[in-house]
Amino acid sequence: MSATADMSGVGLDPRDALHSHVIAAGEPWLGTVGQGQVLRIVDLEGNQAVDTLFYNAHDTEERYSAADTIRAQGNIYLTTGSPLRSNLGTCMLTITEDTCGRHDTLGGACSAESNTVRYALEKRYMHSCRDNFLLALAHHDRDLSKRDLPNNINFFMNVPVTRDGALRFADGISAAGRYVQMRAHMDVLVLISNCPQLNNPCNAYNPTPIQILIWATG
Amino acid sequence: MSHSSLPRALSVAPPAAISRPLLWQETLEHGAHWSGIVRRGTSLRLTALEAGANVAAMLYNYESLLERYNMADTLKAQHTAFLTAGCVCYSDMGRVLCSITADSCGWHDTLCGVSDASMVNGRYGATRFQEQRNDYCRNGRDSMLNELGKYGLGKRDLIANINFFSRVTVEDSGALAFDSAHCRAGDYVDLRFEMHTLLVLSTCQHPLDPDPRYRPRPVQLRAWVSGPAPERDPCRERCGENGRGLRNTEMMFLA
Repeated sequence: MSATADMSGVGLDPRDALHSHVIAAGEPWLGTVGQGQVLRIVDLEGNQAVDTLFYNAHDTEERYSAADTIRAQGNIYLTTGSPLRSNLGTCMLTITEDTCGRHDTLGGACSAESNTVRYALEKRYMHSCRDNFLLALAHHDRDLSKRDLPNNINFFMNVPVTRDGALRFADGISAAGRYVQMRAHMDVLVLISNCPQLNNPCNAYNPTPIQILIWATG
Repeated sequence: MSHSSLPRALSVAPPAAISRPLLWQETLEHGAHWSGIVRRGTSLRLTALEAGANVAAMLYNYESLLERYNMADTLKAQHTAFLTAGCVCYSDMGRVLCSITADSCGWHDTLCGVSDASMVNGRYGATRFQEQRNDYCRNGRDSMLNELGKYGLGKRDLIANINFFSRVTVEDSGALAFDSAHCRAGDYVDLRFEMHTLLVLSTCQHPLDPDPRYRPRPVQLRAWVSGPAPERDPCRERCGENGRGLRNTEMMFLA
């Protein structure tokens, strides 16, 4: 990782947060984090994948890009110091603190359709992250749709890749109370699906709530 | 950047003959961008005319452009971080855009995206049409936007792409390692299209290619009628996931 760790957000007091919200298991959330503000996502009960996308709040054609993020930092895992880049190559946010260790951005979001491929045709009818994303965007008063769902970040999810190119969804490396914190470099819309997947170990087969906290300044 | 290399033959074995008449063929010049519609049942061979080629590819269902190649769904369905023969390229709708039916080089990257203008200007120096005419340095992102615009698509439709002929491995730390010796002159990959596909290509260099020179390579395209995936097929039988993905695709084409 090339960036110097930004320690200014360490030790933030939850009582000083502008915004604190618990996202129940399997639910979506869409909100705004202002430029300079700090977003913390807390894995309240452990091993809970948090599927996340970011958009430039003033020009949503600019949004998080997994490929640009991976290539620019030369590493597939996200952790402290990782710049989260847009499809235009701009650093939208930087991860400033991470008590989990690393996060995934190759695994994407589960969907009804990918459930039919990955598990069985009858798994189409299970609740999924893509459904969460689509419904949150449909109820939002902006022109955002399926077209605006690129590959996302999966905070707290463990998808190891080996030198010979094998990839798998492994047991989580997170635990109750671990969190990841990032500073926004522009006003961003944050779209989250608190993952409802029951067919693989990404949520330890038991989806649980998460908490988000936003501070005005670190 | 260090890289580990698999044992590689120095020359490419003669490519499997294309037994059907060619529908068309075309050479993509170095740095060119291209787009076209490839129908279900058509196969396309991409051949590296020089060593070190890269072909960035974005794929969309031509009948519903909202359905597009999905890197994450492709990798997790097949438990792989790269593409080769036997793999299929999944859309975000649990269907298969194309199957990789032959591959002489064994590894195609889909993690690393494309180059952009600031990267290309920084690496090779700023070039302009005014001086260089058509030898100015192209970059991957603007090349893609150029072609996407012809179908009403734009920045919202930039997706994580495939980089055919490029090999990027992942170290235990997660660090990426680009293999400069991977693609030989004559390497080829065959794509069998399972749905009507808008295919967008750029032959710009891979964004992690450390070559300090602007040196994109030409690539040949050859198309023929192959039919879609037959019942017995190595891509279909690679894993249960691919069988279900092709079944989902075939449902769209039942009369």
